Amino acid sequence: MTAISPTDQAAARATSIVAAEAQARARLRKRHALVIGLRLAILVIFLGLWELCADYNIIDPFFFSSPSGIWEQIWSWVTEGTSQGPLWLQIYVTLEETFLGFVIGAVGGIVAGIILGRNKLLADVFSIYIKIANSVPRVVLGSVFIIALGLGMASKVALAVVMVFFVVFANAFQGVREADRAMIANAQILGASPFQITTAVIIPSAMSWILASLHVSFGFALVGAVVGEFLGAKQGMGLLISTAQGAFNANGVFAAMIILAVMALVVEFLITRFENYVVKWRPAPFNEQGA
Amino acid sequence: MQSQTMAAEKLSPAAPPADAAIAIEDVTLRFVTPDGHMMTAIRDFTMTVARGEFACVVGPTGCGKSTTLNLVTGLLRPTTGNVRVMGNPVTDISRDIGFVFQADALFPWRSVIDNVAAGPLFRGTPKKEAYDKARDWIGRVGLSRFEKHYPHQLSGGMRKRVALAQTFINQPKILLMDEPFSALDMQTRTAMQDELLGLWSGLKSSVVFVTHDLEEAVALADKVYVLTAGPGTVKSVYRIDLPRPRVMADIRYDPKFIEIAKVIWNDLREEVQLGQSRGLQASH
Repeated sequence: MTAISPTDQAAARATSIVAAEAQARARLRKRHALVIGLRLAILVIFLGLWELCADYNIIDPFFFSSPSGIWEQIWSWVTEGTSQGPLWLQIYVTLEETFLGFVIGAVGGIVAGIILGRNKLLADVFSIYIKIANSVPRVVLGSVFIIALGLGMASKVALAVVMVFFVVFANAFQGVREADRAMIANAQILGASPFQITTAVIIPSAMSWILASLHVSFGFALVGAVVGEFLGAKQGMGLLISTAQGAFNANGVFAAMIILAVMALVVEFLITRFENYVVKWRPAPFNEQGA
Repeated sequence: MQSQTMAAEKLSPAAPPADAAIAIEDVTLRFVTPDGHMMTAIRDFTMTVARGEFACVVGPTGCGKSTTLNLVTGLLRPTTGNVRVMGNPVTDISRDIGFVFQADALFPWRSVIDNVAAGPLFRGTPKKEAYDKARDWIGRVGLSRFEKHYPHQLSGGMRKRVALAQTFINQPKILLMDEPFSALDMQTRTAMQDELLGLWSGLKSSVVFVTHDLEEAVALADKVYVLTAGPGTVKSVYRIDLPRPRVMADIRYDPKFIEIAKVIWNDLREEVQLGQSRGLQASH
């Protein structure tokens, strides 16, 4: 038995490694630029074709609007205000309803999910009612809320709450149920009381489930608020859409839609930031490594 | 059993002495499966662990090895017979008990130091004291540089070290271990066995170490319990008179060790074969 020692070419190898790394980094940068470039190109082509088709009347701009028409509409809303007051006020009202509904619905869903997830009897008793409540088309409840709570903010918030609650509840419940048995036993033997188990094990392990549902449910809250305004309101983006629809103003509908989309994207970004802060203990997902 | 040696002395299960750390007396545990059948997990099971003694339990898969540990924690209650820990009947999870799991039971959202400090914090130790203690124990398992790391940033062996520190920080009088090193590679496992014996010799807890690996059992234990294929009961008990301190990397080549392992393996083999043939029948 003899030990074999590798021949020593360490220095030469080191320089070639540095060169290879630089090459790999350059390739990554190039690919990144390519992706961004292609995305921009698709946007430009899409908007350009739409505009051209509208200009040459291949599609009727009266029904399907055109990028320039939408832009003019947004610009006039920004500079001259809408028929129901300044644009920022409409955005503010809708956002306020959405946020209130989102927060109330999410907190309620999380609390209910954890209580039912921790208590088998309550879960068995209430699961049937939650299933029934969940199968009611919730948008219809909007009409009920308008009748009961009036044209003000309360009816929109209520609709947003029911839109959010069930999504968050289902996820929180599932998250609590999936909490690792060994981890709970470990906490128990280390000396945790049932309350400490809930706060130190159950809630953190359900957190990824809950956060996942928050992404989806913010969109739902926005839908709830806008539909509520649609059904009857004095302010808000939903009313703006419904007014534009009544006036056969396709530009207005598209413009309001785009503003709503931008609002949703901004909040989505904030939620992602929040999520990354809360679950910083989690390993980076594979597709984000090296990005 | 003709080849009795001085090193592996076969013991007869006797009535437990009053001062035993753990006494499981004539315990049978049955439970009803979800489809309504009665299952016997262990039957007529008797086992005693003296204070400061290191006992290993080996047996074929599914013979109720882990069940014995859960009887001691109080997570399972015997159908008949009784279990005493430190002379008292088991009623609740005792503060004297530490448990190292087979699976990774660390809290992934807590850093190493927060994981190790968890036990004292749960038990109401003031924050500063808990963290000072945690720092000390992290040092003892050689992870001082990794205090702020999260479990997913550590290797399997390092995570096991954290788990050991997390358990030992409570200074358990009774230490229960459920195949704690079975997921580790050979070299890491050997290192962890040394680590465990080092920590144990400082604390002198009474240990029940469940494993399917006979060599691990012989290398670590004062006493080895061989279980029959399920429903498990004690087939035989061996006292291992290998001198301490033991060095895991070397002990495997010790002729005395090999001799003991052979003797016990002869005993264990038929149970393993029985367990496997039953497993095959059950799957058909």
